[in-house]
Amino acid sequence: MSAVTLKNIVKRFGTFTAVHRTTLEIPEGAFVTLLGPSGCGKTTNLRMIAGLLDPTEGEILIGGKRVNDVPIHKRNLGLVFQNYALFPHKTVAENVAFGLKYRNVTKSEIAAKVRDALDLVQLPHVGDRYPKELSGGQQQRIALARAIVIEPDVLLLDEPLSALDANLREDMRVELKRIQERIGVTTVFVTHDQSEALALSDLIVVMSEGRVEQVGKPEEVYNTPASEFVANFLGASNISEGRCIEHGATIVVEDAVFGRVTVPAAKAPNLTGTGKAKLVVRAEKLLLSKAPAPAGVISVPATVETVDYQGQAVRYFVRAGEVQLQAINMIDDHPFAAGEAVHLHLRPQDCAALPG
Amino acid sequence: MGWQIIRAWTIVVYGFMFLPVAVVVLLSFNANQFGSFPMTGVSLHWFQELWNNDAVMRAFRTSLVLGLMTAVISTTLGILASLALVRYNIPGRNAITTLLIAPILVPEVVLAVALLLFLNWLGIGKSFALLLAGHVIFTLPFVILVVQARLVSIKRDMEEAALSLGASPVQTFFSVTLPLMLPAVAAGALFAFTISFDDITGTLFWKPGGVETVPTQIFSMLRNSISPEINALGTVMIVMTVGLPLLGAAVARKLAMKGGT
Repeated sequence: MSAVTLKNIVKRFGTFTAVHRTTLEIPEGAFVTLLGPSGCGKTTNLRMIAGLLDPTEGEILIGGKRVNDVPIHKRNLGLVFQNYALFPHKTVAENVAFGLKYRNVTKSEIAAKVRDALDLVQLPHVGDRYPKELSGGQQQRIALARAIVIEPDVLLLDEPLSALDANLREDMRVELKRIQERIGVTTVFVTHDQSEALALSDLIVVMSEGRVEQVGKPEEVYNTPASEFVANFLGASNISEGRCIEHGATIVVEDAVFGRVTVPAAKAPNLTGTGKAKLVVRAEKLLLSKAPAPAGVISVPATVETVDYQGQAVRYFVRAGEVQLQAINMIDDHPFAAGEAVHLHLRPQDCAALPG
Repeated sequence: MGWQIIRAWTIVVYGFMFLPVAVVVLLSFNANQFGSFPMTGVSLHWFQELWNNDAVMRAFRTSLVLGLMTAVISTTLGILASLALVRYNIPGRNAITTLLIAPILVPEVVLAVALLLFLNWLGIGKSFALLLAGHVIFTLPFVILVVQARLVSIKRDMEEAALSLGASPVQTFFSVTLPLMLPAVAAGALFAFTISFDDITGTLFWKPGGVETVPTQIFSMLRNSISPEINALGTVMIVMTVGLPLLGAAVARKLAMKGGT
């Protein structure tokens, strides 16, 4: 059964529609990420689940029960904000104990639960301090402890890592995953950061302009984008206009650069027949090489135009005929230089196709 | 050179403003039976006289009760109004804010006369309740300005977090919002009290016959003679209206340091 269900949800603010008709199932115990650029409606969805916003149309179900008319404080949810939102006038222990005061929990139980929660976030000794005495990362751990100590039905995380600096963000990401797996709570995570989404999620919901573009496991949305938006938003892709010339036992898409490419059927689920189509080539799947291509690999001559050195990897902008393409390659030995003539190698099974 | 002149001039101006106040305080401890120099000795005689003067003590009690009630009512209304104006998207928010702040901008005399005429027209006579209402109208803007400014800086997230943890809106207000805006609430209450305590213009218009507050009492005493008692009363007033806010500010700073906002 789904832990959370959005049924035909619409949210309008005046004449502006923030969320177009959306239906979404969030499975029990899953880590689900709402991913998209700012203004795509992901936070609006989260706030509707939380009860901080009322949907204009549609139903929200938590644990199978309609909660449209249940106010936020009766929904039993854990909510974590980007800016921590700890109570500055209460100690860390008082912050964590806050939600327990409104539940039937005895004083000694509260103390034990607070201790366990602080242990879980690996900050057992800060109970007597005030939030402002802790670093940003520590504060966010406390906010997480405060949200999970009440054993919520659903944990809602609104960009909880965005306020942290880069190194800390990655540590917290690992930490968050560990804690979520440990307690197994259904989690809805909102972010605009694709790497966070890919690393953490069981299921990613990619959103754009108030609409769900694709729902799938991280590998699915990454390898088989359902739309041009998804292909571009998750990593870098080369998308070219082409034609599907064969749609049967095998699917063949022809485009100006790579010629005829046999695309696996699993990677063209939305292509319904021959005609206009788009070929999607991930930048990491396009390999620059001096050597001739092995059998079964497409090879296209190209010239390196720009080299964007990134340490362990390098991003090339190359020109193949009229077309500029992006390629991200791991560095073997040393990178190619601008102006060098190379071959672009592409395995057909790495390509995906979209309807034109 | 230019700065020297400006400095000297500033000192002279401030001296001109504050010297009379200092003289009043100084003379209130004068043992002489006239309220003037030379001082013949230090004594608390005039304070004692004050203590034994029924009219003054009655006025003092009236002022105290009026000030405290004004503070309580103004602060309560001010908090509610600020919450409504800051936290809820009510139509005509700006117009309402302007309306609530307006009593500061309107000359007090005009406000006093207008309220009096209005009540006359309604056929309601002067009473202590009217006096209190007048003081509330007059002090409310100060409370709203201070509390509103504070409330804007308290992030909505904090309240939403409390709600998500199971606190009802009322519990959220008392456990999160109110403690966080307490310094502003205290400041607003102090403003209301001090403004009410030393208000004279409005009070003269609104007070019912036979009721005197400290300022109106001083005013009527001055009409007869300049008694040294007035110096003592002035000193008490200064302690109340200057000392209380200073004390309040110190307490607020202590609270803010502890709460760490």
